[in-house]
Amino acid sequence: MNLAERSFITKLCQSCGKDPHRLMDIIIGVQGAYARVSGDAMNLIAAELGLPRVDVESAVSFYQFLSKEQKGHVRIRLCDDIIDRMYGFDRILKAFSEELGIGLNQTTPDGKFTFETTACIGMCDQAPAALMNNVVVTNLNSDSVHDLVESLRKNLNPEQLVKKTGNGNNSHPLVRAMVQNNIRRRGPVIFQDFTPGEALRKGLAMSPMEVIRSVKTARLRGRGGAGFPTGMKWEFTRAAAGDRKFIMCNADEGEPGTFKDRVILTEKPNLIFEGMTLAGYAIGAGEGILYLRGEYTYLLDFLNETLKERRASGLLGKSILGKDGFDFDIRIQLGAGAYICGEETALISSCEGLRGDPKNRPPFPAQKGYLGYPTVVNNVETFCCVSRIIEHGAGWFAEHGTKGSSGTKLLSVSGDCRMPGVYEVPFGISIHELLEMVGADDTYAVQIGGPSGQLIGRADFQRTICFDDLATGGAVMIFDEDRDVLEIVQAFMDFFVHESCGYCTPCRVGNVLLKKKLEEIRAGKGEPSDLEYLKSLGETIKATSRCGLGQTSPNPILTSMAHFPDAYLKLLHEDKQGYQPTFDLDEAVATAARIAGHGRVHHED
Amino acid sequence: MSKPKIATASLAGCFGCHMSLLDIDERILDLVELVDFDKSPINDLKKFTGKVQIGLIEGGCSTDENVQVLRDFRRHCEILISVGDCATQGGIPAMRNTVPLLECLEEAYCNGPTVYNPSGAIPNDPEVPLLLDKVYPCHEVVKIDYFLPGCPPSADTLFQAIVALLKNEPVDLPYELIKYD
Ligand SMILES: Cc1cc2nc3c(=O)[nH]c(=O)nc-3n(C[C@H](O)[C@H](O)[C@H](O)COP(=O)(O)O)c2cc1C
Ligand code: SF4
Ligand code: SF4
Ligand code: FES
Repeated sequence: MNLAERSFITKLCQSCGKDPHRLMDIIIGVQGAYARVSGDAMNLIAAELGLPRVDVESAVSFYQFLSKEQKGHVRIRLCDDIIDRMYGFDRILKAFSEELGIGLNQTTPDGKFTFETTACIGMCDQAPAALMNNVVVTNLNSDSVHDLVESLRKNLNPEQLVKKTGNGNNSHPLVRAMVQNNIRRRGPVIFQDFTPGEALRKGLAMSPMEVIRSVKTARLRGRGGAGFPTGMKWEFTRAAAGDRKFIMCNADEGEPGTFKDRVILTEKPNLIFEGMTLAGYAIGAGEGILYLRGEYTYLLDFLNETLKERRASGLLGKSILGKDGFDFDIRIQLGAGAYICGEETALISSCEGLRGDPKNRPPFPAQKGYLGYPTVVNNVETFCCVSRIIEHGAGWFAEHGTKGSSGTKLLSVSGDCRMPGVYEVPFGISIHELLEMVGADDTYAVQIGGPSGQLIGRADFQRTICFDDLATGGAVMIFDEDRDVLEIVQAFMDFFVHESCGYCTPCRVGNVLLKKKLEEIRAGKGEPSDLEYLKSLGETIKATSRCGLGQTSPNPILTSMAHFPDAYLKLLHEDKQGYQPTFDLDEAVATAARIAGHGRVHHED
Repeated sequence: MSKPKIATASLAGCFGCHMSLLDIDERILDLVELVDFDKSPINDLKKFTGKVQIGLIEGGCSTDENVQVLRDFRRHCEILISVGDCATQGGIPAMRNTVPLLECLEEAYCNGPTVYNPSGAIPNDPEVPLLLDKVYPCHEVVKIDYFLPGCPPSADTLFQAIVALLKNEPVDLPYELIKYD
């Protein structure tokens, strides 16, 4: 480590007040500047923050975007999730490999490029997509790969790849991304004009309890997936004892197929921050953190600028809007590529500078959250709903949607349809209606709620999107007849195996077993008894895992088995002789035969 | 009515499980009242005389010959039982599974500290069975109906399990017989 790096790290630690809880910012900073966090760097960070070295190393090793080994100047991360697999992933992978002269997970000898894959980066409506460092590249095809690599070779600057910026704030000077919003339908709640301060002014005229009561009267439920009543969560947190309290906004958006928060962050950041500020007022919190997934780093400067503007207008900071005693500010915490960090207790761990491991519950964040203080964690969209509830009234909000699911829901639609993108629809819309709206005529299967949700077929298309029927954090993936159901399931199991934090055996090991069995079935080595095996193993994993990841990870298999039994049955055979179809003798002796220079002599009788 | 038949084989095992079976001592007389021994090292019968009711397998599969014998057993036996930790889990032989095959053979025939092998050749006589890439427990090669763990399962365990099966009664193994520490 040279002097420059040493002084860079020391300064970085100082700028974070040598606070060990800011470890994420420090290691992300070092990775950004040096394309690795070396052992020496870890030692220095540990010394500066007064942490054991192992704490630094354990965090660095946890996050996919951080690495101890040297990565190239430009790190190319190609999304390998199902939507991209449907739209030419294999061809693009090959094209990159050829252009760069390296395979996956390799770095070119000149140190210029590293080539990797990554889980869904939230660009499914403009897939295939990739990250080049923090720059998003969309609508890739095998022809464009050549030009991209050519141009990168010249200047190693991915920002120069953005020739034409996307619509809306994607063209903002602080964003400058080629990303498109694709807002296909604007509903009354999220995608209408909003004047910053409008809701806050009304909120601050109410008592904190009245704000909570409004949220309850509006029957608002969390938009992140689980649908917990927001007002109730706030009430618990308000009632919990603590010198400090925190508001956290979950902008991790890691569920494959979900990209609606990305569009809110781009177009309606004030609606989010205002909702967070209202939450702070309601529960008596002074600080807020928005946890932004590493994949959306390109939005960071823009969001920070928005915060700055809000401070300048008296919407954040001390005595907000002149209200004596109400001080509240927000900072943004970047993530570094871990789906599990969307789970609220893992998100808190990550903000605390730890590995993104979930915590045991109870205690729930409402009692003991960030740094042990009572904490509210809500989804991006949930906070936006809060702003509108206070702006227009609880009654107005509750008029939309259904009785059990009030308001609208943002859906991010991708896959086989003419108009992929973001739709704001009232709760209670049926799958049929939705498919018609998005231009999907020949739909065979729909994945609702991402991999952790369910895969449904035509028989279920009259069902409705709401908390009492088909709940979703927003992901809707559409598949036509010619798609292979088990390929979809396989992609989702690959995802869960990769993203399990590894803490509990059922999730860490069980998902690997599920994935392996699925691979065997797809290879024609499955038997009818495998169905029972998959079912019972899947149920066990769900019942015995600690957090929501393990508790939902068998869903792709379980729901596809329930709704598409033929996809499995047509591949299964019973072996009449009682041999295991998964054992291949020729394959098993291949190495020995090569070493001996002759094949098998001991043949079957 | 003729007695049911039983067959046994030792694959990648140490014969300890067969020794344990012999350890039932004079109860072997009770056993042969209930059952006839077919193909087995105990009577040195090399070939099946026909279908048998029970097959006991000691050891996992380490070679192509092991696989062949095991499959032969599966075809001939109505009920096939994995006996001992080698058959049920691979056991001691499976310790080689973490080392690539070529390295194993080189250590054994070329590089090991006690090896004397001037030619440096790894045996490749066609009569020597070919090693599998790793050692497999039996149930990964064929369907197995029952598992008797232990290294080896004690004589009492084996005797009680076999008798219960022959008499079509539930096995009721006391705790001491299935406690392994
Ligand atoms: C593995 C996993 C990933 C999650 N990812 C997200 C996410 O990206 N965004 C989100 O808002 N909630 C996510 N959640 C749900 C959160 O744990 C939490 O319930 C939610 O943020 C609460 O906010 P809400 O009540 O406003 O929905 C995830 C849960 C699990 C188990
Ligand atoms: S269920 Fe999976 S992701 Fe959740 S804590 Fe356990 S191992 Fe980690
Ligand atoms: S289980 Fe034990 S006794 Fe039986 S073959 Fe294996 S090593 Fe020998
Ligand atoms: S961006 Fe690739 S699946 Fe979402």
